[in-house]
Amino acid sequence: MLHISTLHYLVLGAALFILGVIGVLTRRNVVIVLMSIELILNAVNLNLVALSRYWQGMPVRMGGGPMALHGQVFAIFVITDAAAEAAVGLGILIAFFRNKETVNVDEVNLLKW
Amino acid sequence: MLFLEHIYLIPLQPAIGAAIMFFFGRKLTKRAVSGVCVGVVVIAFLMACGTVLEYNVWAAANHHQPYEKILYTWLGTDTGHLNYVTKGGAQAAFQADAGFLLDPLSSIWLLFVTGVGMLIHIYSIGYMAHEGGYYRFFGYLNLFMFSMLTLILANNYVLMFVGWEGVGLCSYLLIGFYFQRKSASDAANKAFIVNRIGDAGFILGMFFIAWLCGSLRFIDVNHFARAGSYSADTLRYITAATLLLFVGACGKSAQLPLYVWLPDAMEGPTPVSALIHAATMVTAGVYMVARSNALFVLAPTSMKTVAIVGALTAIFAASIGLVQNDIKRVLAYSTVSQLGYMFLALGVGAFAAGVFHVFTHAFFKALLFLGAGSVIHAMSGEQDMRNMGALRDRIPITYWTMLIATLAITGIPPFAGFFSKDEILWQTWTRESDAYRILWGIGYVTALMTAFYMFRLIYLTFYSKPRMSHEVEHHIHESPKSMTMPLVMLAVMSLFAGFLGWPHSLGGSDHFAHYLDPVFARGEARVLVEEGKAGQLAAGEKEEEHTSPTEYMLMLLSVAAAGIGWFMAGRSYENADRGYTEPIAAAAPPVYNVLLNKYYVDEGYDYVFTGRKKVGDVRLGVMGLGEASSWFDSHVVDGAVNAAGWITRLTATVSSWWDKWIIDGIGVNGPAILARMLSYPARLFEWGLVQWYALVMVAGIVGFVFYCVYH
Repeated sequence: MLHISTLHYLVLGAALFILGVIGVLTRRNVVIVLMSIELILNAVNLNLVALSRYWQGMPVRMGGGPMALHGQVFAIFVITDAAAEAAVGLGILIAFFRNKETVNVDEVNLLKW
Repeated sequence: MLFLEHIYLIPLQPAIGAAIMFFFGRKLTKRAVSGVCVGVVVIAFLMACGTVLEYNVWAAANHHQPYEKILYTWLGTDTGHLNYVTKGGAQAAFQADAGFLLDPLSSIWLLFVTGVGMLIHIYSIGYMAHEGGYYRFFGYLNLFMFSMLTLILANNYVLMFVGWEGVGLCSYLLIGFYFQRKSASDAANKAFIVNRIGDAGFILGMFFIAWLCGSLRFIDVNHFARAGSYSADTLRYITAATLLLFVGACGKSAQLPLYVWLPDAMEGPTPVSALIHAATMVTAGVYMVARSNALFVLAPTSMKTVAIVGALTAIFAASIGLVQNDIKRVLAYSTVSQLGYMFLALGVGAFAAGVFHVFTHAFFKALLFLGAGSVIHAMSGEQDMRNMGALRDRIPITYWTMLIATLAITGIPPFAGFFSKDEILWQTWTRESDAYRILWGIGYVTALMTAFYMFRLIYLTFYSKPRMSHEVEHHIHESPKSMTMPLVMLAVMSLFAGFLGWPHSLGGSDHFAHYLDPVFARGEARVLVEEGKAGQLAAGEKEEEHTSPTEYMLMLLSVAAAGIGWFMAGRSYENADRGYTEPIAAAAPPVYNVLLNKYYVDEGYDYVFTGRKKVGDVRLGVMGLGEASSWFDSHVVDGAVNAAGWITRLTATVSSWWDKWIIDGIGVNGPAILARMLSYPARLFEWGLVQWYALVMVAGIVGFVFYCVYH
């Protein structure tokens, strides 16, 4: 059975990140854009957790060891932050929809120039 | 010594009267006004008599010094602000005291000013009884008395000048007393303005004296003048100073060429003419020159000027007087003429004779004016002699008193004028130089003219045929007692005043001149020294006695002149009826017209000095100056102002244009336009699509990462 190494996690994270970026750049619906941002954030979370777990295999004197949980803790913070950010983004979206009756991002162009 | 110690109380009396009139006069009855105003002058007269008597006693014990009483210093302080350097290089303070000086000269003036003033005040009670402004009149008269007494009693030129200006002011106020009449207010202005010219001379002369002597006190000035040797330089300045003082005297005493105000001053009430414009104020110039005699004798040029101006004025005014028809104007020109005599006397160094003539003239001229006033009163205001005649039986007191005054002024012995006028002519004759004989000739002809015009007045007024209208004739009445009493008193004085100067040649002792010796004696000595005839004073005294036959002859000649004048006037006017012809008009009409029009001097002044009339298209004189100034103002000054305004506007326009187009345009808007222009391409990048921004960001990050990894 194939051993799932850290590299696999990183490739998965990169793929997720690219998917997120493409979603952000190409989708017109703001809700989808927000979801794509969630993808990007979770790609980062995956990286953090994968690299932190890799770090746990390092000797204690180099900062590793079973208690080196910084990456996991940071991922939890990012999740929290993503939730908050999604809430704020959806709030803005609802306020915007009340004015323009649309959720298309290409119609949000009042602040140009 | 009671009066002498309190000499300042004399001028204070009329000052109190004037103050009461000023504050309460309006509320007082005529009786109260007369009581106060005449009362204070009577008191002043009595005090003057007491003062002079005391002075004479005091002087006899004090080497005939002048008596000086200084109350306080009213001008100048000891702070040094008014200090100056005299010509001699000494430090001096410009200072004047409220001080009083009594010497024989001021004693004489003091006596006749208060005496004649008192009589004229009494006369005014009757004369002004029916006039409005009664209290105003008496207030002014009292103010005049105060000023005149200040002038006389001052111990320095500055205080004298205060009195001088004070009498000028009162003269102005009283000439313009009937101010509703345009001619009266014009005459008042004329008197005031002409006097200003003289006053300017007085002030300048005063400054010269202050600069030369370092003091303006008469005693110091006399001391300086009699001290001894002077440089030619100093003598030149003394000449300048005395000439300037004489300009002042010309203004106040109505000498050529400043006499024009006096005839017009007759617009005032007659008592004013008598008091101010005949007896007292107009002699102030004589007084001032006599007071400065110590300086004048150092300046032969000034003395000659005084003598010549005096003689010319005498004959000039007398010739005008020959044909005037207004009774008061005849007397006015007579006054100018007599003042000319006085200056002639001063100019030839016969100061005592000049002062003597002032003294006698005060009585008979005041009497003539008051008599004329009485005639006018009787004639219901008529002043034109052509409409009078045959009044001698209707107003006998006026007639007799005026006749005495006329005999006095024409110089018929033994009336007062004979002694004084004869003394002047005699003194002129005895001046060594032949040139003075010409002045004597002028004086002599003037005496003839005087006799003629005075008897013309008498004949036209009191003799000849009645020429007035019936209503006027019906109203003719003798004046009230208050008016005739002063006439009689003055007539008595006109008769006897001359005896004070009874000359040696007629067996008298000339008390008057000897009384004045302390003031003038050394002055007369000096003038001879200055003319290069040292030691001639003593010789002169002897000469006087040696040449007595000449003196008698001259006396006879002047009496003859008076007689001829009388005779000619009698022949011409004795039977003058309506439409009578003037002898001069019959003989030489052009001469008559010139005389009647007063030599066209007023017109000439209008052309040359006032500019009321144009010479061709040009206006000269003050109004010409005014017009020129006005033209200068409206063209040059206003032009400059407008040019300044125009330049300001131009620069403002340019500045505004600059601000709008250069500062705002290039400086402020320029960068903005530039920025906007540059912003167009930049804007193209920011076209509003959020995802485009994100794409750029991603591209940037990707580029950055590639750079970091592969560099």
